[in-house]
Amino acid sequence: MTDLKKKISDLISSDDVVLFMKGTPDFPQCGFSANVIGILNYFGVKFSSINVLEDNEIREGIKEFSDWPTIPQIYVKREFIGGCDILREMAENGEIIQLLEKNNLPYKITDQAQ
Amino acid sequence: MKLSSEDIVEMIKKKLPDAKIHIEDLRGDNDHYHATIESKKFKGLSKVQQHKIVYDAIGHHMGTTLHALMLTTKEQ
Repeated sequence: MTDLKKKISDLISSDDVVLFMKGTPDFPQCGFSANVIGILNYFGVKFSSINVLEDNEIREGIKEFSDWPTIPQIYVKREFIGGCDILREMAENGEIIQLLEKNNLPYKITDQAQ
Repeated sequence: MKLSSEDIVEMIKKKLPDAKIHIEDLRGDNDHYHATIESKKFKGLSKVQQHKIVYDAIGHHMGTTLHALMLTTKEQ
C-alpha cells in the first residue's frame, strides 16, 4: 500500500465518524461541506474532520481511494457512506438513525433551528 | 467551457439509455445543477453505487468543468 493510501486509511480509521471536508466545522469553506456539518450537528453526532484544503495530496487521494469524485466525503466505522446528497437524503428519510444505531453510535436530535 | 443541461443529459443517457432525467440549473451559471434520474439500472443498488454510475457518466468533468452536480436517483 502506498504511503498516501496508508495515510488516508489511517485517517479514516482515526474515529468512528470521519468527515473529509473543505474547511473546518467552525469555518466550512464550501456549501456542501457546511450542509454536512449542519446535519451531523443536528443529530448530535460526534465526528472528526479533515480539512482537505490543507493537504492537496489528501484532497485528490481521497477521491481515488473511494472512487468518488467530490468532497465532502463521510465515513462511518471506515465504511464510505457518501457525500452531501446521500447524507441529506438519509437525514430526510431517517436512514441516518438506522446507520448510527447499527454502528452503536450515540446521537441526540437537537431541535434548535438549523 | 461550461456544460449545458443538454450536455449532461446526453452524457448520462450514454450510460443509462432508459433514464428519465430532470435537470435544474440551480444558479443559472451552468456550474451548479441538480439532476433527478430514474432508471431500471438502479434497481437493487446502494445510493453510493447509483451515484457512482452517474459520476462515471460525467467523467472528468466532475469537479473541473462542472463544479457541482447534486444528485437524486430513483429506482424504476
